[in-house]
Amino acid sequence: MTGDDGVVGGHGPTRRIQVTVNGTPRDAEVEPRTLLVYFLREQLGLTGTHIGCDTSNCGACTVQLDGRPVKSCTVFAVQADGRRIRTVEGLEQEGVLSPLQAAFAEAHGLQCGFCTPGMLMTATALVEGERAPGTDAIREALRGNLCRCTGYANIVQAVEAALRGHRPASEPKQSPASLPGR
Amino acid sequence: MIPASFGYRAPKSLEETLDLLHQHPGEARVLAGGQSLIPLMKLRLAQPKVLVDLQHVPGLSYLREEEGFLKVGAFTRVGTLLEDPLVQARYPMLAEAGKVIADPLVRNLGTVGGNLCHGDPGNDLPACWIAAGGEMVITSARGPRTVAASEFYRDTFVTAVGPEEVLTEARLPMARAGHGAAYLKLQRPGGDYSVAGVAASLTLDPKGRVARSGIGLTAVGPTALPAPRAAASLVGHPPDAVHLAEAGKLASQEAVPVPDLRGEVEYKRAVVEVLTEQVLERAADRAGGRA
Ligand SMILES: Cc1cc2nc3c(=O)[nH]c(=O)nc-3n(C[C@H](O)[C@H](O)[C@H](O)COP(=O)(O)OP(=O)(O)OC[C@H]3O[C@@H](n4cnc5c(N)ncnc54)[C@H](O)[C@@H]3O)c2cc1C
Ligand code: FES
Ligand code: FES
Repeated sequence: MTGDDGVVGGHGPTRRIQVTVNGTPRDAEVEPRTLLVYFLREQLGLTGTHIGCDTSNCGACTVQLDGRPVKSCTVFAVQADGRRIRTVEGLEQEGVLSPLQAAFAEAHGLQCGFCTPGMLMTATALVEGERAPGTDAIREALRGNLCRCTGYANIVQAVEAALRGHRPASEPKQSPASLPGR
Repeated sequence: MIPASFGYRAPKSLEETLDLLHQHPGEARVLAGGQSLIPLMKLRLAQPKVLVDLQHVPGLSYLREEEGFLKVGAFTRVGTLLEDPLVQARYPMLAEAGKVIADPLVRNLGTVGGNLCHGDPGNDLPACWIAAGGEMVITSARGPRTVAASEFYRDTFVTAVGPEEVLTEARLPMARAGHGAAYLKLQRPGGDYSVAGVAASLTLDPKGRVARSGIGLTAVGPTALPAPRAAASLVGHPPDAVHLAEAGKLASQEAVPVPDLRGEVEYKRAVVEVLTEQVLERAADRAGGRA
C-alpha cells in the first residue's frame, strides 16, 4: 500500500463497487483514485472508450452514467457504485449496429474514429431522448465532444438521419432525472 | 493522469457528512460534481486525504420559490438549473449563465454549489449571485448560517466556507414585477472559461427609473467581483444609453484583470465596458424599462 504518499503504481486500500455495465452486473475492487475510464478499460477490458486528453476537455471518454453522458476521465469509479454505465460496446445489439452507428457509417460521420465512441454516447442520449432537437441543438449537445478530422458536418448529419429514422426503443426511456441531483 | 491516493467516504446524511469533516480537520474535502476538483487532483494540485462525496446525501437538490427567495439546493446539477422551467421563465440570467458553463457533459455532473464554492474567478455563477444580491446558506454541526454573496469570496479558491462546513443552499431574491437580470460572457470559440463575464440585475420603479441595481464581474479579479460604483451610478436614473455607457466605463475601472492567454489588461477592460452596457440593456428590457 502507498498510504497517502501518492506514489504512482502503488496500491492503496480498495473499495468494493457494484455497477451495471451495458446491462451486466459487475462486482469489482477498485482504489478510490481509479478513474472510471481506467476501470472500464483496464479492469473490465472495455477499450472502446477512448482516452483522448485525460484533462476533461475532449469527450473521447464519454460514457452514459444512468443515461446521462459524462466524461469518464473526470469521474471516480467509486462514484459509479450502484449505477448503470453504458459504453460504446453496449450500442450494437446481437451483431446489428444501432441506428445511430449505422447512420455514422452511412454519412461518413468518422474518419480516424478516435472521437467516435464519445460522439456516439453523447448522440445516443440525444436520439433516445424525448425531444426532437434541430441542427443547432445537436451542435450544442455535441459541444463537449471534439473531433480533429471531420469538421463535424457529417457527424451532425448522421445524428439528424438517426433522429429521422428513430423508432421508440423497446427498452424504457432513460430518464435524466435518475441521476442524483436531478 | 492518476491522482494521489485518498480515502473515499459516501455519507448518507448531512449529519454524517459534517461528522466526517470534523473527524478529518483540514484533510477532508467535499466532492460534488468533481468537474473542478478531479482535474485538480489529477494534476496533483489538490491532494486531499479524504473525499466526502455528497451524491448520496438527500435533500440537497431542489429549485423552488419560497419565503421571498429562489432557493437552489447546493447539489443541483448545472444542467438541471438551466433546463428548469421556473428558471427559464423567471430567472433567465441563471439559464444564460448555466448555458455558457463548460459543455453539456460537464454540466451533467457539475453542481451549482460546486460552481459557487470552487472559488475560481472564471466560474460563471458567482457573478450572478453577487449581482442579484443573493445569499449562501452554510451549514456546520452548529447549524446553518447565512452569508451575503458579496461577502462570500475572500480570495482565489478561498470562500467563507470553513473546513468543517458545507454549502447547503444558495438563494436569490425572488423575481418581482419591475425586475430584470441577465448574464453575458465573452469566450473564445469552442467553449472556454470567460475572457470576461458580466451579470446585471435591475429593479425599476413605476416611473421607469432604476431603484436597485447590482453588477457582478467574472474572470477580471482574484475572485468574482461586485462593481458597486457602476451599479450605484444607475440608481435614480432611467436605464438609457447615456447612463448605461457611464456604468460600462465605471465597471471597466472596477475590474482588476491580469494578462493571460485570454487577453491583455486593456483588452479585458474594454470587454468589461462593452459587456456591461449590453447586459444592462438586456436586464432593463426584461425589467420592462426600455419600450
Ligand atoms: C472542461 C471544463 C470546462 C469548464 N468551463 C467552465 C466555465 O466556462 N465556467 C464555469 O463556471 N465553470 C467551468 N468549469 C467548471 C465546472 O463548472 C465545475 O463543475 C464547477 O466549477 C465545480 O462544480 P462541481 O460540482 O463539479 O464541484 P467539485 O469539482 O466537486 O468541487 C469544487 C470545489 O468546491 C467544493 N465544494 C463543492 N460543493 C461544495 C459544497 N456544497 N459545500 C462546500 N464546498 C463544496 C469542493 O470541495 C471543491 O473544493 C469547467 C470544467 C471543465 C472540466
Ligand atoms: S479523455 Fe476525458 S475528456 Fe478527454
Ligand atoms: S474522426 Fe478523427 S477525431 Fe473525429
